[in-house]
Amino acid sequence: MSRHKSALISLAVAFSITLAYAAAGDGLWMLKVPDKQRVRTNPFDHNPDAALAGAKLFRQNCASCHGDDANGRDKHPPLRSERIRSASAGELEWILTNGSMKNGMPSWSRLPEPQRWQLVSFLKSLH
Amino acid sequence: MLASSAALLSLPALSSAQENYFVTYTHHMEEPGTLEVANKTVSGFPQAGNAFVGSAFELEYGVRAWWTSELYLDTQSTLGESSLFTGFRLENRFRPLLQEHWINPVLYVEFEDINAADKSLLEVVGHDGISDFLTRNDRSEKQREAELKLILSSNFKGWNVAENIIAEKNLGGAPWEFGYAIAASRPLSLIASARSCAFCRENFTLGAELYGGLGDRYSFGLSNTSHYLAPTAAFKMPNGPIFSFSPAAGLNHNSHGMLLRFGVAYDIDQVWSRLRRAQ
Repeated sequence: MSRHKSALISLAVAFSITLAYAAAGDGLWMLKVPDKQRVRTNPFDHNPDAALAGAKLFRQNCASCHGDDANGRDKHPPLRSERIRSASAGELEWILTNGSMKNGMPSWSRLPEPQRWQLVSFLKSLH
Repeated sequence: MLASSAALLSLPALSSAQENYFVTYTHHMEEPGTLEVANKTVSGFPQAGNAFVGSAFELEYGVRAWWTSELYLDTQSTLGESSLFTGFRLENRFRPLLQEHWINPVLYVEFEDINAADKSLLEVVGHDGISDFLTRNDRSEKQREAELKLILSSNFKGWNVAENIIAEKNLGGAPWEFGYAIAASRPLSLIASARSCAFCRENFTLGAELYGGLGDRYSFGLSNTSHYLAPTAAFKMPNGPIFSFSPAAGLNHNSHGMLLRFGVAYDIDQVWSRLRRAQ
C-alpha cells in the first residue's frame, strides 16, 4: 500500500514539475539574457521606417510560425503577449540572435544585427 | 494526397535558405519543420577530357533547431559519353552549443554511396584532381564513404566567416582523406528597406570561398592536391527561391581551370502544418 502511495506521490511531483516547466514555456530564456544586453537600446528607436521594415522582415521570416497577425500558430507562441510587451528591446534582440533552440525557436543570427533591431521595432509596435 | 501536394507547393515559401556558399557550410541550420528543395550544378571543361555537368538535387529538413538532415541525389552528364545517376548522400548536422558565440561549431556526419563517375564536386578532399575527370564514365567502382566535418562559423558586423575541416574515408579500406573549405560573405546592405522590392540591396549577398584537398593519412599536405578560389553571389527573391552563382578558378595544375556553379533553393516553411491545413 505504502509502495503505491509513494509511487503516486512521485507521479504527482513529476507531473507538477512538467506542468510548471510547460507553464514557464520559452519564457525561461529571459533568465539567460546578460545584464549588459538587457539594457541595450534600439538604435532605430526614432526611425519611423524601422517598424515598416521590421514588418516586412517578419512576413518573410517569422509569420509562417507565429502567424501573419503575430497571434501564434499551431504550437508557436503569440507575439502580441504581455511577455513581449514587457520585454526590453535588448532582451528581444537577444532572443532573435540566440533563439531558444530547446523550445524550437531558431537563432536568427543569419539576419544582420540592424535587421534584428528592425524586427524589434516591429514587435514593439504591436503593443 | 494530390490536392495536399498542390496546396503545399502553391503556398509561398517565406523564409530564406541558409547557405550563401556551394562548398562551405556555416552554422546556420534549417529552421525546424522547414523543407528546403535545392539543386546545385557544376560545369567543368577539362582540356584533355569531355565537358560535364554534375548535379546534386537536395532535400534538407530542419528536424530540430539544432539538427538538420539532408538527402542528396547526384547525377551527371558528360559530353560525348552519357548521363547517369551516380548515387546518394545522407548527411546530418548538429549544433552542440545552443547559443551564439564568437565561433560556433557544428558537427557534420555524412554517409555517401556513389560511384566513380560522380561529378557533383560538393567537396574536394585528399588527392582529388582533374585526372579523376579524364577517364570515361565508369559506374563499376563503388565509393561507400563516411565523411566528417568540423564546421566553425562566425557572424561579425554583417559578415559571415566559415571554416570547414573535412575528413573522409572510403569504407572499402582506403585511408582517411582530408580537405578544407574557407569562406566569407556579406549582404550588400545590412539594413532592410521599408518598401517591398525584389531588387533591394539587402537581397544580394557577395562573398568568396577557397577550398581544396589536404592529402591523406599517409601523405598529408598540399602535394598533388587541387585547390579553388571562387567568388560567390546569391540573390534572394522575396517570397521565392534563392539563386546563386559561383565561378571557381583552379589554383594549380592539378585543378580544373574553371568550374561554373549554379544553385537554386526553395524553402517550404512548416511543411507538416501546411499539409495539415490543406487537408
